[in-house]
Amino acid sequence: MAANIQAKEKIPVWRDERYLSAATQIISSIVVLGLLYWMAENFTEITQQRGISLSYKFLSEPAGFPISESTIPYDPTMSFGRAFLVGLVNTLNVSVIGIIFATVLGFIIGLARLSSNWLFNRLAVAYIEFHRNIPLLVLLFLWYFAVFNRLPSVKDSIVLPGPIYLNLRGLYLTWPRLTETGNIFLGLLIGGLVLAILAWNILIRIRERTGRETYYVPIAFGLLIIFPLIGWFAAGGNPIWLDVPVLEGFNYKNGMRLTPEFGAILVGLTTYTAAFIAEVIRGGIQAVQLGQTEAARAVGLRKTHVLRLIVIPQAMRIIIPPLISQYLNLTKNSSLALAIGYQDLFAIGKVTINQAGRAVPVFIMVMVTYLMLSLITSFILNIYNRRIQFVER
Amino acid sequence: MSQDNESIIVARDVHKWYGKFHALKGINMDVKKREVVVIFGPSGSGKSTFIRTINRLEVHQRGQIVVDGIELSHDVRNIEQVRMETGMVFQQFNLFPHLTVMQNIVLAPVWVRKWPQEKAEEIANELLERVGIPEQAEKFPGQLSGGQQQRVAIARALAMQPKIMLFDEPTSALDPEMIKEVLDVMVDLAKSGMTMLVVTHEMGFARAVADRMFFFDQGQIVESGAPEEIFQDPKEERTKLFLSQILSQ
Repeated sequence: MAANIQAKEKIPVWRDERYLSAATQIISSIVVLGLLYWMAENFTEITQQRGISLSYKFLSEPAGFPISESTIPYDPTMSFGRAFLVGLVNTLNVSVIGIIFATVLGFIIGLARLSSNWLFNRLAVAYIEFHRNIPLLVLLFLWYFAVFNRLPSVKDSIVLPGPIYLNLRGLYLTWPRLTETGNIFLGLLIGGLVLAILAWNILIRIRERTGRETYYVPIAFGLLIIFPLIGWFAAGGNPIWLDVPVLEGFNYKNGMRLTPEFGAILVGLTTYTAAFIAEVIRGGIQAVQLGQTEAARAVGLRKTHVLRLIVIPQAMRIIIPPLISQYLNLTKNSSLALAIGYQDLFAIGKVTINQAGRAVPVFIMVMVTYLMLSLITSFILNIYNRRIQFVER
Repeated sequence: MSQDNESIIVARDVHKWYGKFHALKGINMDVKKREVVVIFGPSGSGKSTFIRTINRLEVHQRGQIVVDGIELSHDVRNIEQVRMETGMVFQQFNLFPHLTVMQNIVLAPVWVRKWPQEKAEEIANELLERVGIPEQAEKFPGQLSGGQQQRVAIARALAMQPKIMLFDEPTSALDPEMIKEVLDVMVDLAKSGMTMLVVTHEMGFARAVADRMFFFDQGQIVESGAPEEIFQDPKEERTKLFLSQILSQ
């Protein structure tokens, strides 16, 4: 049958999909740019009108206010910039430690949620529902006022092995610190650790390649023990000393002190975020097709190997994106520290606003800092995420 | 084909319920070493369920299954041993998508049989040669066609050097032009003397290599016999009807 193809009809512009999509692009760009211009105009006009300074010169002026807890050296004669840095470090402290603990706890609860063990399963459900359905601020107050503020007074401190003292003023840990010769020991300890890991990896590969016994277990552990031992003697037998908290007068001195505020925000954020992470983990694992587990079981792999070699690697590609947003949530939620008096970035930002009277620049600084923290976190995790996606086609 | 008369799979009065649904109603089967058995029947007849009880992907609730002298019970060690002796090929291939073809094949030999990587890879290369895709070793399953994936799946199962191969509708998810490449591999395997249990509707395959055929319907074995008997002189009405339906296609 001869096809009856007509000569190509010329398409009018208003029906041509190429012109239509280009036109949409142009119009929407104009609208967005116009809006941005109007907002910027408005902002500069109002700040000028009201005499609001956008200068950041105040950052080098002395802050003049004390900060109750700081990892880096600080006193009130130092600058606002330094105070801001103290807040940033405090935020990072609670976020990084919180993310690590929340991930571990979330993983355990997520796996328990999937367990066929009735008790584990129900406990996990109860945990998740409790934390997901109560606002974080309420939970933080609960931890701070009902737990950390209800601890016994200094003289009735709870003594845990270590010794660790737990009282109203915080957690006092016995902390190992380096002596003057400690660096030699520390160097050799790290060297031994690196060598042991290297030896382990290389020897285990040789073992897999050739099937020959390479004694990787005794060799790696040997390195791990011998190096610090040499370091110990090189350091004259006393590379570290234990900084033990001691009761002096009405308070414990020395040791490592964690404040009740830090404890409450850390525990609150960790337990809360862990509930969400548990659900993310559960979802990721359940999304791995049943056929994968069956195939892995059919070739004779044990349950633990199936989980480790087949299920979790595949679940990770589903878990990572929502896990990133949980990490970002934890970091951003740490600004609730303000409510219980932990000196985080936002809390110090707020004091700075009062002291220096520069609300707009400080707010911009705080927002940009959180933004940068979030972007860096996503950037790093997205690199990992890209590496674990499946190769198709 | 069955020279030695020893039964390698023995199923006695096997029952299986899903809730109230009675999926297997007393299956009895003896499979001898080097025998090729084809199981066919309408969907929902319990044929897949039965083949999956043999490596305990499904748990039977009554009766007895003995594979190579090992009884399947709640004993975890027995289950692991039976799984080491049996390879399985699935309808949906179920290759591990995050691992390359080579990693898919050597995984179990390295982790379960504890072979050195080098030995496992050597055997994997031989197997890939045997299933006709030696050049695909470093690709990921997602980069292969369905037929190629199923051949990798067969190689993966064979890498454990099983005594028995179970095939659960291995060609049902394949495009017509790929069915033959998989069946060819299976025919070669049958001719090499492997004990095989195959759930399939590929009657050409059954005619060519099956020693015995079992017709399943509603959780029971309706009829069994050599392919010639089943094709030329089926005893039961239901067998006749089913065969006329699938052969007329």
